[in-house]
Amino acid sequence: MKQRLQLISRRSFLEGMNLAVGGLTLGLFSADALANEPSGRMGPKPKTSSEAEERSAPGLNPNAFVHVAPDGTVTIVCHRSEMGQGIRSSLPVLIADELGADMARVRIVQADGHPKYGDQNTDGSNSVRGIYEEMRRAGATARTMLVAAAARRWKVKPEDCEAREHAVFHRGSQRTLGFGELAGEAAKRAVPKPADVKLRPKSELRRVGRELPLLDGPAYVNGTAVFGADIKLPGMLIAMVARPAVMGGRVVKYDATRALAVPGVKRVIQLPEPKPPYTFQTWGGIAVLAENTWAAMKGRAALDITWDDGPNVSYDSRKYRDELVASVRAPGTTVRNVGDVDAALAKAARVVEAEYHVPHLAHAPMEPLVALARVEGDTCEVWAPSQHPQAARSVAAGVLQVPEDKVQVHVTFLGGGFGRKSKADFVAEVVWLAREAGVPVRVQWTREDDLRNDYYHSVSTQRLSAGLDEAGKVIAWRHRTAFPPIGFTFTGANRPAQRDLQQGVTDLALNVPNVRAEACEANAHVRIGWLRSVYNIFHAFAVNSFVDELAQARGVDTREMFLEVLGPPRHVSLQELGVPKLENYGWSLEDHPIDTGRMRRVIERVTTLSRWDERKKDGRALGLAAHRSFLTYVAAVVSVVKDPEGKLRVDEAWVVVDAGTVINPDRVRSQMEGSVIFGMSIALHSEITMKGGAVEQSNFRDYKLVRIGEAPRKIHVDILEGDGRPGGIGEPGVPPIAPAIANAVFALTGTRVRELPLSRTFQALQV
Amino acid sequence: MSIRVRVNGVEKELEVDPEMPLLWALRDVLGLTGTKFGCGQALCGACTVHLDGQVVRACVTPVSRAAGRAVTTIEGLSPDGSHPLQKAWVDLGVPQCGFCQAGQIMTAAALLAKKPKPTDADIDQSLAGNLCRCGTYNRIRAAVKKAAGVSEE
Repeated sequence: MKQRLQLISRRSFLEGMNLAVGGLTLGLFSADALANEPSGRMGPKPKTSSEAEERSAPGLNPNAFVHVAPDGTVTIVCHRSEMGQGIRSSLPVLIADELGADMARVRIVQADGHPKYGDQNTDGSNSVRGIYEEMRRAGATARTMLVAAAARRWKVKPEDCEAREHAVFHRGSQRTLGFGELAGEAAKRAVPKPADVKLRPKSELRRVGRELPLLDGPAYVNGTAVFGADIKLPGMLIAMVARPAVMGGRVVKYDATRALAVPGVKRVIQLPEPKPPYTFQTWGGIAVLAENTWAAMKGRAALDITWDDGPNVSYDSRKYRDELVASVRAPGTTVRNVGDVDAALAKAARVVEAEYHVPHLAHAPMEPLVALARVEGDTCEVWAPSQHPQAARSVAAGVLQVPEDKVQVHVTFLGGGFGRKSKADFVAEVVWLAREAGVPVRVQWTREDDLRNDYYHSVSTQRLSAGLDEAGKVIAWRHRTAFPPIGFTFTGANRPAQRDLQQGVTDLALNVPNVRAEACEANAHVRIGWLRSVYNIFHAFAVNSFVDELAQARGVDTREMFLEVLGPPRHVSLQELGVPKLENYGWSLEDHPIDTGRMRRVIERVTTLSRWDERKKDGRALGLAAHRSFLTYVAAVVSVVKDPEGKLRVDEAWVVVDAGTVINPDRVRSQMEGSVIFGMSIALHSEITMKGGAVEQSNFRDYKLVRIGEAPRKIHVDILEGDGRPGGIGEPGVPPIAPAIANAVFALTGTRVRELPLSRTFQALQV
Repeated sequence: MSIRVRVNGVEKELEVDPEMPLLWALRDVLGLTGTKFGCGQALCGACTVHLDGQVVRACVTPVSRAAGRAVTTIEGLSPDGSHPLQKAWVDLGVPQCGFCQAGQIMTAAALLAKKPKPTDADIDQSLAGNLCRCGTYNRIRAAVKKAAGVSEE
């Protein structure tokens, strides 16, 4: 039977005074249906290199992102993955606004993984900040072609025409032609050169920066949104994999007799062992394939496996902490240097030193990893909640040893990602299993699998030393950081690279004459990966805690200390930073300066909103932290109170964000609110610890996350919007939260917490 | 063994292992995928459904426990997504990734059925078993109150 799964969600669009109906399609099709529709339905007509073919395609299709059909329907392709950041409610708006489209006649479809879209990696808070202009250009190109077609028909100048409300208008004669009426004619001409396409002035973008509806809201609340595990193919088996508990562990022998005796279990298949560097390879182990998930679970539990854990069995988090401490107590590799720190520390009237520890963390998206694959001959189709469908495609092709164009990767909704779902190891698993089984396979991870086989956020220790002169001014700043880097996963590196250190070490604006930062060695015994805001998490924790400690040491207000260390408003140069170059999240310092003025403004604003002057009052205390990451400036204040039972709780939070140009303010606010909760989990509860080389935590009972009862009474978010290039949004809200909490806890209790999670110090925080 | 369950008002006959959790009977056998798998241990609430109007975690509820009883899933909460909670959720832009929201809404629906005008404390207590990794808790509180017609404090 040819079964087609399609979901259409519709919602009312409230735009100004006009009530219109917008349609949105996330089409997910079975392989059978796709065979009949070779171009797939996840995007418009595929872009072809042949101009003749393009001319023969119905409608206007000037690039991979926008298609105008003869009936006027505009299809916009969202090529970034939706994982809660609201990208499907944001990116397409840029195209629609440049085009002058009526959202009621716009269809948004999700792109498959394909190089024609450019980079699709939904990571690094990089969608809007990375392709803001490119998306606008895609819409503007289509508009330019539609306007030119109208002008030719009317024999008028294109400059006298304008596109708005899904039509082209001629100013002089009041004539109008709808986009649909023009699409065919517009498509007959060549796509204009970039120089001939003008972007609209920002004032003409009707929706950008306004309150926009959440396109997928209805599908999320009625159960029809299609996530990774929600697609079923005929004949599909469900796989559960028993994976090695220790990195580098391998199966010595196994007995599948009892597993195969479980009703519904069909196959038992061994997965290939990975070799370092681990990248996105399969993780080894034994898979049980069954007719349903329950049978697969029971079958997996019935496997009898003898493991060889290998050398990483010695990994023990308590011992490793001592290794990291030893590492930062010796000089590391200098990665930033200004003046002479050693001399300044030697002559300082006072030296303040502190060490900070942040544990491994797991991503723990609510949707455990899952993927579906079907392999037929040398072709393969994958359905996956992937942040990086091109990596998934490349990994799948690698597993099958076929060219990438033999692989299609369809992207479902992601039930959270936070960086985990850009790693394609789960796709490698499912593709291998589908080929071996000869039927479609869905690999389903459990929560235990998720927590025990992650690409963990790196464990870290940092040592900060500051020298103060007689007047209390900071004259020396030394920052040593030790953490096993993500590079280990890809190259085996045991020392951070420059691009790792730009996350809060080498890019930190400091109004201090002598500064040195050192990277210290740390060996990895688990796969290391990027987690929402990455190394900024622990660097911001240490730096913001340390500034608070300096304020305490000097007896000045924390806010004043922050502003003093930051220094006057300026654009910080490489020379001032004391680095030869800076990755700066992929942008030059001319395009995205390190602007201390913007940082000062978010600090000043957040301290005003939170009434910083009354920061210790009525049994509550405020804590402040601020951090620039992903080209966005965020300052946060939290208030911590002791409840009647003597437990500490975060009562209220204020976040001020300056991300330059903002497309969708409500999704910016929701990301900041979510960042407060995410940051609270890091601050209060979460840690992954290792013993005998294996993760000690198993599920949400011991990998704790903030629950609703701990959520602050109120989270206030203020957006300082500017006209500048957009910064990131998904991640920059996270780094200031943990240090703001630690600083508030200090202000309230007098106890300085230098190790996360805080529940290690305050049992009272355990809920 | 055959187990009869009334699911969203429709009688279903299930030929499954009676120990199979209700979650997998709903998802794998009946194709009702709105109910989600998040932890398998009744720790996250993503699989929340109603059994005779009471909140249960489908991931730890053997399907045999539902025999002869009525199960309501997110697909059966309202015919067209018009339950006051669903409307409030959309109006206030509660969902981020959306994965936990069916469970949140099913728990909140049971709360409102018992307590039409809940306080923040009632909401926090009722939803204590529903995790949201995206951190939508403040909007969840606001949306429950909006659906209940309770003004913000």
